[in-house]
This record gives sequence, C-alpha cells and structure tokens, in this order.
Amino acid sequence: MKVYLDNNATTMVDPLVVEVMQPFFSEIYGNPNSLHKFGTASHPALSKAIDQMYKALNASDNDDIVFTSCATESNNWVLKSIFADHIVSGDKNHIITTEVEHPSVLAACRALEKEGAKVTYLPVNSEGVVESHVVRSFITDKTALVSVMWASNETGMINPIKEIGEICKEKGVLFHSDAVQAIGKIPVDLQDVHVDFVSMSAHKFHGPKGVGALYIRNSQPLSPLLHGGEHMGGRRSGTLNVPYIVAMGKAIELATTNIEEKMASIRAKRDRLEDSLLELSDTFVVGNRKNRTPNTILISIRGVEGEGMLWDLNNGQIGASTGSACASEDLQANTVMLAIGADSELAHTGIRLSLSRFTTDSEIDYAIAHFKKAVARLRAISSSFAKVGPTPGGESKACELHH
Amino acid sequence: MAKNDLLGASLWDAYSNKVTTLMNNPNHQGEITEEEAAAHSNRLIVADFGAESCGDAVRLYWEVDPKTDIIVNSKFKSFGCGTAIASSDIMTELCVGKTVKEAVKITNIDVEFALRDSPEIPAVPPQKMHCSVMAYDVIKKAAGLYMGVDSESFEEEIIVCECARVSLKTLQEVIKLNDLTTIEQITDYTKAGGFCKSCIRPGGHEKREYYLVDILRDTRREMDEEKMKAAADAGAKGSFESMTLVQQIKAIDAQIDESVRQFLIMDGGDMEVIDVKPSDDYIDVYIRYLGACNGCASSATGTLYAIESTLKEKLSKKIRVLPI
Ligand SMILES: Cc1ncc(COP(=O)(O)O)c(C=O)c1O
Ligand code: FES
Repeated sequence: MKVYLDNNATTMVDPLVVEVMQPFFSEIYGNPNSLHKFGTASHPALSKAIDQMYKALNASDNDDIVFTSCATESNNWVLKSIFADHIVSGDKNHIITTEVEHPSVLAACRALEKEGAKVTYLPVNSEGVVESHVVRSFITDKTALVSVMWASNETGMINPIKEIGEICKEKGVLFHSDAVQAIGKIPVDLQDVHVDFVSMSAHKFHGPKGVGALYIRNSQPLSPLLHGGEHMGGRRSGTLNVPYIVAMGKAIELATTNIEEKMASIRAKRDRLEDSLLELSDTFVVGNRKNRTPNTILISIRGVEGEGMLWDLNNGQIGASTGSACASEDLQANTVMLAIGADSELAHTGIRLSLSRFTTDSEIDYAIAHFKKAVARLRAISSSFAKVGPTPGGESKACELHH
Repeated sequence: MAKNDLLGASLWDAYSNKVTTLMNNPNHQGEITEEEAAAHSNRLIVADFGAESCGDAVRLYWEVDPKTDIIVNSKFKSFGCGTAIASSDIMTELCVGKTVKEAVKITNIDVEFALRDSPEIPAVPPQKMHCSVMAYDVIKKAAGLYMGVDSESFEEEIIVCECARVSLKTLQEVIKLNDLTTIEQITDYTKAGGFCKSCIRPGGHEKREYYLVDILRDTRREMDEEKMKAAADAGAKGSFESMTLVQQIKAIDAQIDESVRQFLIMDGGDMEVIDVKPSDDYIDVYIRYLGACNGCASSATGTLYAIESTLKEKLSKKIRVLPI
C-alpha cells in the first residue's frame, strides 16, 4: 500500500477537476481577450470559475478575486505593492508579520527590509498561534500592513484572523492573510471577517499546481506586480491560464461544499491516527486539535531524528514531511518548532502528517502500523535510548563545535 | 546555478548502495556492557558526541585489549539521519582490529570513502558530507578517554572545512600562493566549502570557529600589509623602483621640497607631481607648473633639467620628468 500523508505540501488533483479542465487545451484554446469566437468560447467557463470562487469564499461582488500563478506570487504582490504604494510613495515605514509565515512571505519581507522597510516578525505562543493582543501592541501610526497566515502549513494551527481583522480595521491598518492552508480545509467567510487581501493556491485543495489567486477587498488600489497587457481588469497581466482557472473554480467548489461534513470525516481519521501515535511513549503533538486544521498533525518523537524517520516511512511507501516541503533539502531544525519554543531537542524530531479527503481508513491503519514499526527500529538504534552511559569524561557538551 | 540546478537534487537517490544498505540494516548497532568487556579482561570505553538538540548525536563503544591497545570490538548508537547511521556503522568497522593510536588517524574522509560503491563516486551528496564528521570527532574523544589525554591533543592543525578536511594553514598558503580573491576560487583549489557549506560564512548548517570569508579577508589584508611592508623596506633601503606608487610620489615630493621648490617659489611659481608611470626603461614623472613657472621659457629647459637631475641623483637613474 502507498499512503500519501503530505497534503499540506500539495494534493492530488481531483479527477473531477481534471475532467473540467480537459476541453480548454485542444478544443477551446482561444485567447479570452480576443474578440472572435475562439476567444469568447472560454468565457462561460471562466465566469463560472469566478462565480465558484466568490461563492466559496462568500466574497462580495465589489471585491476582486484575481487569478495569479501561485500563492507565492499573491504574497509577493501584496507585500511589494504595499511597500511601493505606502512606504516608498507614502508616509508609512512598517510591516508586521510573524516568525512562522511561509518563505514566500518571510523572504519577501527580508528583501523589503533591505530596501528600507521596517519589519516586525511577531512570535507565536507555545501552541504556535499568534495572539491578537500581540499584533495590537506592535501597530504604530507608521504601520502599512499586517500580514498573518490564516493557518500554519507546519502545525495546522489556526490564527485568530477575525480578531486581528477587527484590530486592523479599528487602527486603520491594511490586513493581509496567507490563507493557503485554510481554504478548502476550514470555512473561510470573507463577509464574516475583515481582511483586505487573501492569498490562496489551487494545488492545496486538489486543484492543479501553478494557479493561485489574490482576494482584494472592495477592489481597493494595489499596484500591479506584473506590468503588461490589461488582463484581469488591469490588475494582473499575462494571458489568462484558462484551463487552470477553470480547474481552480471547480476545485474550490468541491472543497468547500458541505465543508463541515468533509472536515468531520477527515478529522475523525486524523484524530484516530493522532491518538494511536500518541500511545507511543515520549511523543507530543503541537497545538490543541480543536484549533487546528482537521487534517494536520505535527508530532515529535523523542530519540528519533526527523529525516531518519522520513526515510523509514518512505521505505514503507508513506510520504510525510519534517516541515515545509520547500525546506526539505536544507535539513535545518524545524523553525516552527523552535518558534513555538519547543525544547530544542524536539526541533529535530518533528514529523508532519497531513491528510486529505481522499485519505482512507485502511491507509490510516497501515500508516499507524508502519509508523510504530519505524519508531521501534529507530529507537533501538538511537543513542537517546541507550542504556550503557558514557565513560566519565566522555559525555558530550551540547552542540559542541567539531574540531 | 545552471541547468543541472534547476531541479533540486533528489537527495536520497544520490546515496551509494552501501549507505542505503547500512541505513536500513546497520551491522554494528548496539551496546557493549561493562560486564562483557570485563569478561574478556578488556577495557570498555564509551564516548558521546553531539546531542539531540543539535540534530545529531552518536555514542561509540570500544572494547580495548589493554595489553595491546587493540580495539577488539566496537558498537554504536546514533540519533541522526540515515547517513549518520551508515557513517557510524562503517566507523565502528574501521576501528575494529586497529590500535587506539591507529584509530585516531581515521578521518571523516576515510569514513565517506569506505561508504562508496566505487572509488570515484562519492557515497553521499555534498550537503550530506558533513554527517561523517561526527564519526571522526567521537573516535578522538574515545581515544582521549582511553589514553587519559585531552582529545584536542590529537589535532595538529586547525581544520576549517571539515567536509574536505582543509586546514587553516593550507587555506592561507593557497590563497597567498595563487593570489585567490574569491570563495569560489578557494573551493576550486582546495574543495573547502564545496560540501555542506557551513564553513563559508556564519549562518549555515552548523556554527564554526573559522569561516572562509574571514580567512580570505584576513589573508588578503595580510598580503596587502606584507606588500606595503616590503615596499617600505625597499624604500628605506633606497630602492625607489620597488616602492608602491604612493610611496614613490611621496619620495619625489620630499625631494622636490628639499631641493627644488624653494627656488621656484622665489620666482613666484610652483609645481606639483601629477602622476608616476613606470615602464621598462623609464620611470616617467608627470609634473605641472604653477604660477609664474607656467609659461616661463626656462621651465621647459633649465628648470626641467634641474628637477630631473636632482631626482635622478637622489632616487633613480631611470627617472624622466615630463611637464604637462
Ligand atoms: C502557507 C503557504 N503559503 C504559500 C505557499 C506557496 O504556495 P504556491 O506553491 O502556490 O506558491 C504554501 C505552499 O507551498 C503554503 O503552505
Ligand atoms: S565544513 Fe562542510 S563544506 Fe566546509
């Protein structure tokens, strides 16, 4: 059996989604901006996709939802254009974000710092959550933007977006949220919360890779990131990626209809997996599961190094992650583990398991059995569980330099 | 960055079969107890290196025959990724049968080499090269415990790049000898910095005592200072030709101050040194006349001759003075 438990990295494209995008490659291939029939033939499907997006997020018709190439683009767009519009050509100088954002926010912020922006990286509490009063305390009259992710890709923990939105509204500060890990996993109602900009990505909810969107409340001004033709009402240039936009609409519809039901089903499997793994001694899971996306577990297993564990899981045909997939080549300690102030011993022992609506009960059974076997094998090798202690003088001083 | 770097390497596919096999089934994983060692009248040595909080930890067990100092049995325990497990496993294998003194000579390079399937192909991808360094460190620690000495004493030189085992001294020499100016050149010449990259600059995979960027900067500075000093020494010895440009100009100015300028000023003029250009046959000194000298007929003949002969006599026969 093969079990894919890395759905926070990306998801399988739902076959129903593949089906709706199919005609837009070789049959209906015209440029939607053209006047002829070849072009306009795609319009019904595109308007349907747009409707699906607005409906799924409960966006108002006065808002914009602009399709982009990915959430990385959406995040960069907001940060760089707010910097250009309000810091370079405005009287603000400050951006607030958090320590645990995705690299597409963090790296963009660091780049803006080099260009002169002041950026505050807010800490998270021991649950991995950004507290709204902390956000409030850092807002100044020079703050141009607050950017806080809706839910964490690593822990699944959900931030108090509604409260932060209220604070930003009260203070008159723009508010952006990277909702990549929230949309399709938990209800996101943009009439219920006050957010100015929301980033999303289709491949996290069973749509294809390479298509995302940015929600812009009230169609408010935001300089374009890409200059070119007047596509998407001039907001985002580049010939519309018709099949992928159609796919994104379908994917968001499938992910959000009856979301409570879908969540309950995923949650049941996730909880069963989590409970079984917690039967192992010396393990803990980050964050209260009531305030977590229903598909995610970040578990620490004492004495078992994360990459070693991934290796063993991979041998058993299970795909998991030690953290963010983008980070999986540099093999650093899990930065989120460090940010939540977990014992640094645990920073190297985190394994993230993320389910999807396609995960089955028998896959969970298989994963539990194999996971436990892997932990047993690696703990048998682990120095952390060795019985014979070092010769006096042979103890290691924590993290000594090699010579 | 180029075509081959566009897709991040698939890390695990770059492991040798040996690494993979030992990761899955290490042969020497386990412990040796005090009782087992005592039963053979051998000494048990157990040494730790690293910690869970650093992401890597290893415990090495040696059963040593006190009469011969030979390591007769060795085991390990490891908290680490697969390559750390495989490196530890091969390390214990390399220890067995050697005397403690011989074992100290085993380096991480030997460990990595022993993990190769064929001598030419590295056992692990560059960023994993570092995993075997731990093996080297823990052996020295065990040997220190056995011999009752500080494990630092086994180290004759300061190793800056552990992956490639390049010492501070080698780096300084190579930089000086080949006049290296970039980190890339250092990596080309020595392999240092070509693997986990921790040794290049602070903020990498691991904290280091020395970084290549600092060594390069300091060595370059030292080279500059040496050059200056050589030039100054040469100047002191009167060898005008080997001075730096600045020193040459200073020396010329000093001579002019001493024996020429006063006469020019008396006539309501002055001069300044514009540039000095050495060539094979001449050292050309470009000057400019100021004030009354400017346009004075003698400035192209008598005065010029006086200046040139003074400088020729005091500084170098090769000097030629050219007014502009
Ligand atoms: C929280 C978060 N933001 C942004 C991204 C980037 O999305 P994309 O791959 O569409 O650029 C990801 C996923 O990689 C993510 O998890
Ligand atoms: S220490 Fe790893 S490349 Fe130098």
